[in-house]
Amino acid sequence: MDNTLSNSLNHAAADGPDGGNGDILLEVRNLKKYYPLRGGIFSRIQGWIKAVDDVSFDVYRGETLGLVGESGCGKTTTGKCILRLEQPTSGSVVFEGRDVLKMNSEQLRALRREMQIIFQDPYGSLNPRMTVGDIVGEAFAIHGIASGRERVKRVEDLLKVVGLSPYHARRYPHEFSGGQRQRIGIARALALRPKLIICDEPVSALDVSIQSQILNLLKDLQDDFQLTYIFIAHDLSVVQHISDRVGVMYLGRFVELTDSEKLYSSPKHPYTQALLSAIPIPDPDHKKERIVLEGDVPSSLEPPPGCAFHTRCSYCQDICREVRPEWREIEKGHYVACHLAK
Amino acid sequence: MMAAVSKQPPAELDQLDPHFGGDALTLEPESYLSMVWKRFRRHKLAMAGLCFLILMYLVAIFAPYIATQSYRETDSANRLQPPSKEHWMGTDQIGRDLYSRVIWGSRISLSVGFVAAGVAVVLGTVIGAVAGYFGGIIDNVLMRFTEIVMSFPTFFLLITIVSIVERSIFNIMLVIGLTSWPGLARMVRGQFLSLREQEFVLAARALGASNARIIFRHILPNAMAPVIVSATLRIGGAILTESGLSFIGLGVQEPFPSWGNIINGGRTFLRQAPWICTFPGIFIFLTVLSFNYVGDGLRDALDPRLKD
Repeated sequence: MDNTLSNSLNHAAADGPDGGNGDILLEVRNLKKYYPLRGGIFSRIQGWIKAVDDVSFDVYRGETLGLVGESGCGKTTTGKCILRLEQPTSGSVVFEGRDVLKMNSEQLRALRREMQIIFQDPYGSLNPRMTVGDIVGEAFAIHGIASGRERVKRVEDLLKVVGLSPYHARRYPHEFSGGQRQRIGIARALALRPKLIICDEPVSALDVSIQSQILNLLKDLQDDFQLTYIFIAHDLSVVQHISDRVGVMYLGRFVELTDSEKLYSSPKHPYTQALLSAIPIPDPDHKKERIVLEGDVPSSLEPPPGCAFHTRCSYCQDICREVRPEWREIEKGHYVACHLAK
Repeated sequence: MMAAVSKQPPAELDQLDPHFGGDALTLEPESYLSMVWKRFRRHKLAMAGLCFLILMYLVAIFAPYIATQSYRETDSANRLQPPSKEHWMGTDQIGRDLYSRVIWGSRISLSVGFVAAGVAVVLGTVIGAVAGYFGGIIDNVLMRFTEIVMSFPTFFLLITIVSIVERSIFNIMLVIGLTSWPGLARMVRGQFLSLREQEFVLAARALGASNARIIFRHILPNAMAPVIVSATLRIGGAILTESGLSFIGLGVQEPFPSWGNIINGGRTFLRQAPWICTFPGIFIFLTVLSFNYVGDGLRDALDPRLKD
């Protein structure tokens, strides 16, 4: 990650974590999402792809929880399961005391006002046939909140909040640049004044200079609207700057979860250590030992027994090959799934 | 990270200048339809086709005023006359004025095209949309049914049905429509399958949009471009099918003229009186060709990603 981004983000990180013991907004327990793999003549189920495999975590009100991991590790699926855009296989997602997974369609519709999502692809996430005003105002139409002049007014306000001009409402998405489109997506997510926004790699598709603008916007909005974020990304430096706490995922499981500072200063899980060692440091004199992982991520169709990471772990012991490590709290607020972590 | 960045043009600056994009002069955004029209107009062949079709439809509507003589009055003294001042396109085998018959015949051909294609579009879109959107068993059942209909040899099916039901023009339109929807249904299903996974559909679902809203507001408008194009081409196809049916004597019945049955009547006199087949043939050819060009023009004009 280059220097400009780090600098421009410093104020975002300086806000510091207020998480730890705040009140819990979202509670995810033993969440699993298995996709059946069908094959053969009668398309029988031949196996299960374990996209999300027994994931538990809490999200505190007002914090930003970062989720990092390689592509295909289940970050996005976890986000979609929380919103029930995907139907989880089992587990529970409790939002302010209500179990999202047990909701009927009417309750779910009401829940949409409290939980929203910002997508990765600023091109695919906006309907090319609708004007920006219709896109941002759709939430009002669906929930019958504001109509006519009032709706136009609200849409214009939202556009101003995300740094666009009111007259942009009458334009079509293809007339905007990537960063501006992402602002439109943010305005749409904000329309219902949600409490929780799942940001699914919102800056991954953007140019570096624009990434910091969008991240700062998200940070400002968090303060203005008392938002809680689950921030999904594969870029550790982006996550470090915006998150209060960070969870690291590998092959559909959480391997480590703790305060952002603690994770970056003293990672416990070998996988986290390897990931962090891969962040380039903009200092030519700095010599740093890079942990290079051998091999590829195993298939999530047949994840290795025991610890999913044991095939690539340099500390691997016998127990790692046989027993799946427990998700333990080794110190206050620091969770690790590793037999060897102390 | 760096790989993701390179997708964007590096020079892109997220400027919030209200005159971004270099189109400072057109602050008033155009409506979608006016944009489509602007792009369509540049397609010269399509414009020519459209003009010809408008002309043909005017001819069909005002046939009684444009035809110079009756389409059914025979004149055995003037059989197989070549084109002349009196009979602009000559006369047919029983002395009827060919010009008047071709003009009246346009009514049949053009309305058959529209109604048959309309039936096919409605059926194909509904079946394809439901199958593609809901997937699973519904998709399976509907698509197997579609394949069954598809695997009938259409023309022979048409012949069979037409020889059972009453041979009214309305029935013929309906039958052509009922046999030509499967291709469309497949196409629409394909569109729905890919569009329903798009993030803007997920976003709508995350906002709490109902299935109906997602189908009609989000997916269908984005799936319509190929449907409209294919419908336009299908009108041409339906006109040909009707001509074919009439040609083998199973379409519109004498003395009512359609381009197909005029050709059928003139077939035996092709050497003595080639004009009988030639004139309706030219009209069929030009009409179908025009529909194809218009379809082509629409295909380009309806794509929102093509900008000016």
